[in-house]
Amino acid sequence: MQKQNHAVYKEPLFRVSKREELSLWRAWLIRICAILISLIVCAAVIYFLTKLNPIQVYEAIFEGALGTEKRTWVTLRDSLILLCIAVAITPAFKMKFWNVGAEGQVLMGGLVTAAIMIYAGDALPSIILFPVMLLASALAGLLWGFMPAVFKAKWNTNETLFTLMLNYVAMQLVSFCIVFWENPAGSNAVGIINSITEAGWFKPLFGLTYGWNVIIVLVITIVMYAYLKYTKQGYEIAVVGESENTARYAGINVKKVIMRTMAISGALCGIAGFILVSGASHTISTNTAGGRGFTAIIVAWLSKLNAFVMVLVSFLLVFMEKGSIQIASQFNLNEYASDVLTGIILFFVLGCEFFIHYRVNKGHRKKEN
Amino acid sequence: MSTVIIFIQKAIAQGIGILFGATGEILTEKSGNLNLGVPGMMYMGGIGGLVSAFLYENYTSTPNGIVAVLFSFACAFLCASLGGFIYSVLTISLRANQNVAGLALTTFGVGLGNFFGGSLSQLAGGVGQISLPVTSAAYTAKIPWLSELGVIGDIFFSYGFLTYLSIILAVFITWFLQKTRKGLNLRAVGESPATADAAGINVTKYKYLSTCIGGGICGLGGLYFVMEYAGGTWTNNGFGDRGWLAIALVIFALWRPINAIWGSILFGGLYILYLYIPGLQRSTQEIFKMLPYVATILVLILTSLRKKKENQPPENLGIPYFREDR
Repeated sequence: MQKQNHAVYKEPLFRVSKREELSLWRAWLIRICAILISLIVCAAVIYFLTKLNPIQVYEAIFEGALGTEKRTWVTLRDSLILLCIAVAITPAFKMKFWNVGAEGQVLMGGLVTAAIMIYAGDALPSIILFPVMLLASALAGLLWGFMPAVFKAKWNTNETLFTLMLNYVAMQLVSFCIVFWENPAGSNAVGIINSITEAGWFKPLFGLTYGWNVIIVLVITIVMYAYLKYTKQGYEIAVVGESENTARYAGINVKKVIMRTMAISGALCGIAGFILVSGASHTISTNTAGGRGFTAIIVAWLSKLNAFVMVLVSFLLVFMEKGSIQIASQFNLNEYASDVLTGIILFFVLGCEFFIHYRVNKGHRKKEN
Repeated sequence: MSTVIIFIQKAIAQGIGILFGATGEILTEKSGNLNLGVPGMMYMGGIGGLVSAFLYENYTSTPNGIVAVLFSFACAFLCASLGGFIYSVLTISLRANQNVAGLALTTFGVGLGNFFGGSLSQLAGGVGQISLPVTSAAYTAKIPWLSELGVIGDIFFSYGFLTYLSIILAVFITWFLQKTRKGLNLRAVGESPATADAAGINVTKYKYLSTCIGGGICGLGGLYFVMEYAGGTWTNNGFGDRGWLAIALVIFALWRPINAIWGSILFGGLYILYLYIPGLQRSTQEIFKMLPYVATILVLILTSLRKKKENQPPENLGIPYFREDR
């Protein structure tokens, strides 16, 4: 019973039209404005909820993230891992394969690393142990990424939902293993693995505790940048992402590209799990990935899949997270405040992209002659 | 026998929250919006209901159960549909990516819930848990007479009104989607927005309304957990992964709320099955907890293998629609 609505056509309030390519500095101006506005909104929210001086709160955030050398390193370490996962999912996203399963792929990598540390940590010399852990974690992540890719390629199974479900299968696998590895018994936690021998822990490099983390993540980031930008495979990924039909017409084997790309993406997520367990936490729990697999998606998308912008964005997000722990203790606030603030900032940054790509004009159309 | 009854009751108690989430998400997804913010909206609904009930009970001298229920119910629904509204503005008007906007909404909503939930006991000036005796009593009130009918009463009539509401709602949404003109329009929007647009359907309006109302329904799932399951208390991250389980149930039910009814009870049963099988090792219990997710993956694979038309996700699910892009 569609009444004749179109007969009484009303002029819309706004007209939206696509912009020509916006110059880089103006695009960034819009983004910076969005972040500033979001910070003002956050300040208003903080004041409204807690009656605290928002500037003091922001200072405390800064203090918490970068206040001491140790805090700075921890912030840096966590940003690197987030960056690593974001880089890992980039090829999949570029292909428009919505891999929301990074959480599970990272966990699988971490789980296998922990297993090797526990069972072979003291038996193998470091020179063999580390390559084995790297390879095994990559394989575990690969398996977790490859499964949905096969079904997507062959039968067009919805990958968003498939990868999402695999996250929880991975989490239960970890809980399953924790039962066997728990230490001390009955704690339902693995505790620090090899806490005395430190077998399978990253050794300091150039006197920096997290030297290896920096090296591995930077290498992955640069290689991925080059892979996507300069190789034939990288180009194929871009074409499949733009249009599968075009890709097929150009003679690209779309199924193969989907499977190969997800294998790479999953393997790199697995390696991120290896870095998390071997280079940071030295333990495994269902919380090891800690939502980073999801946050990384936001990082990758906000950065327009540009590896170098990802460095900035992941740092910003970890900065907020670490800062909030400080607010929690300093102002006796609840540490979840940061999630609220991060959410608000994300909404604004996500929304501002619209104004970069589209122009909004006032309603009335010029009379066409 | 009594163990079986308790098992059924517990399975239903676990399932109803997920059922609300799934019903809301089905309504949303039928418009082509894949909103991954379900966990966030459930938290928002939960906290909206909890805070409003808390304020009501603390600022009136003689709180009335019915008023408390109506007030907190409305607040929960509004608070959660606010989440759906933010998502709609971002994805429909501002054309942001759906997956990313949904995940951001989850971060925001879960944070909001835990922030207020954790702060409430401080606000109350006391230590430990807050309690809402009047409101939670009203929510958990059983049907008189019928609930005393022995076994039948225990299995079918021993729940608060939200349980029945969730089932009525699921049936109603199914009817709405299948039998009404508006439902048909909504499905058209999800299947092929360009065609719907050409037919004179206001795509933007349908997407907005279904996402906001769907979000509100998801929020009732949170309300259920807070009021009936947890008895008017808040635990940080108390919902666990139930929000994701609701998204799983959407697939499991093949986008039909009526299937989600038995699906939710099945999921709830699988969720707690390990507690009722004697002689399980702790490790095997963890494997049992995997079952709902594995079952969902299997359904997902099977439906894509069989390619039966009526069992597919909405054709344009997760794909944005911009009229100018065609």
